[in-house]
Amino acid sequence: MLEVVSQTTLATLGVALIVSFIRLVKGPTLPDRVVAMDLIGVLVVGLIVVLAGRSGVRATLDAAIVIALVGFLGTIAYATYVERGDPQ
Amino acid sequence: MTDIVTAVVWLAGSAFALLAAVGVLRMPDVFTRMQAATKASTLGLGCLLIGAALQMGDFASFIRAASIGAFVLLTTPVSGLVIARAAYFADVPLWEGTVLDERKRDSVRATRGGLSAQGNNNEGFDGDLKER
Repeated sequence: MLEVVSQTTLATLGVALIVSFIRLVKGPTLPDRVVAMDLIGVLVVGLIVVLAGRSGVRATLDAAIVIALVGFLGTIAYATYVERGDPQ
Repeated sequence: MTDIVTAVVWLAGSAFALLAAVGVLRMPDVFTRMQAATKASTLGLGCLLIGAALQMGDFASFIRAASIGAFVLLTTPVSGLVIARAAYFADVPLWEGTVLDERKRDSVRATRGGLSAQGNNNEGFDGDLKER
């Protein structure tokens, strides 16, 4: 049963990734794209967490920690870039 | 028993993640999109983490899942606030159905004489929204 459930979960997360990728491509302004990118980072962390729970390999959770950290730093960097405007 | 709880929690978590993505796609405004992206995705990731920790059933992986959850709970509001500030100061247009812009209202009130004007509430500030 859990096999089917985990496959359904992975498929739903994949659909969510595609949907937020549409916003990343469409987004009329730069902050829209930053929001979509932030959401994509969280969704990828969720995907990796589900894969870790499915396979039981503990080192996969470390990869999820690293991706969450890097995604947060990237969002902060994008936000400072948007707030300052183009570097002269 | 563990499998049933894991299944329920994983399905709920992926449903919340999908809701966050649909909200980001369909909301009319940067700020409303960000509200969908931060809240729903945090809840969805928390559910997925609970399921994974139950499934692995190990103390070390439980600690790792808890640390990911704490980190996401701490950083998502911060990044949402920073993006919102940047978008507001970059003059990203608000949705035309926006009722109240509290930051603009407060700055207008501050220039009109600070604390003495505070009793007058927000008459006439709906019109100011159109000027942005």
